Amino acid sequence: MKNLNFLVAAYLFIWSGLFLYLLFISGRQKKLGQKLEMLEELLKKKG
Amino acid sequence: MRKLIIISAGLFLAAIYLVFFYAPVESVMGIVQKIFYFHLPLAFTAFFSYLVAFVCGLLYLVKKESKWDIYSAGSVEIGVVLTTLVLITGSLWARPIWNTWWTWDPRLTTSLILWLIYAAYLILRMSIEQESKRATFCAVMAIIGFVDVPIVFMSARLWRSIHPVVVKSNSIAMEPSMKLALLLAMFAFFSLWFALFRIRTSGGFLLEKIKHLENRIMEK
Repeated sequence: MKNLNFLVAAYLFIWSGLFLYLLFISGRQKKLGQKLEMLEELLKKKG
Repeated sequence: MRKLIIISAGLFLAAIYLVFFYAPVESVMGIVQKIFYFHLPLAFTAFFSYLVAFVCGLLYLVKKESKWDIYSAGSVEIGVVLTTLVLITGSLWARPIWNTWWTWDPRLTTSLILWLIYAAYLILRMSIEQESKRATFCAVMAIIGFVDVPIVFMSARLWRSIHPVVVKSNSIAMEPSMKLALLLAMFAFFSLWFALFRIRTSGGFLLEKIKHLENRIMEK
């Protein structure tokens, strides 16, 4: 099991990197969705 | 979307099982060689991202439709994330095997250049306000940047390199059980790529709708 620490580090980087990116783009999409809803309501109010 | 993420998660679980319990430990490098099963698919999906960006960039220049710019930008962003992980995992693999974190080998150097080109694309995107100008500049950069992808792929074959060449023109130089684990990991990464691409581009389309609505509100 020599060099196991390098393998663990590599897998940690892969999973945390992909997970953080997925979280980032999902969060961005959610914010945009909320902003879109707000603007649609504003447009309705303005007639 | 949820289906794609579930399929991707299932494929990843199966790939991890094959990598650690089915594929044998490589006799020279030992356990650390198992980085390879994710390092190579990361690189291939990154190349695929830049291919998509190249095609969408061309389509934008021909058709001038904003959807191609959204696809191209999304693809490059995913590609940069994947290339970053390729460079990190490569470095972590190189340290115990080559006894160095980094060496100016042709494969490594061209990969770093690839990352820099597309990181510059993202910076360029953020620095131009006018939409059509930004889309045109970025399309041109996605097309020119793609020139480096075949160079990265061929670098270890064309020049003297210490980086191993596993995928050859007509075969994959590996034992069948290792090949199966690699193929499954490849499928897992491509399914994840499509899930990320759908989420990322739907965000781009939402932003376009927001801008359209903001313009309508300003007019009223």
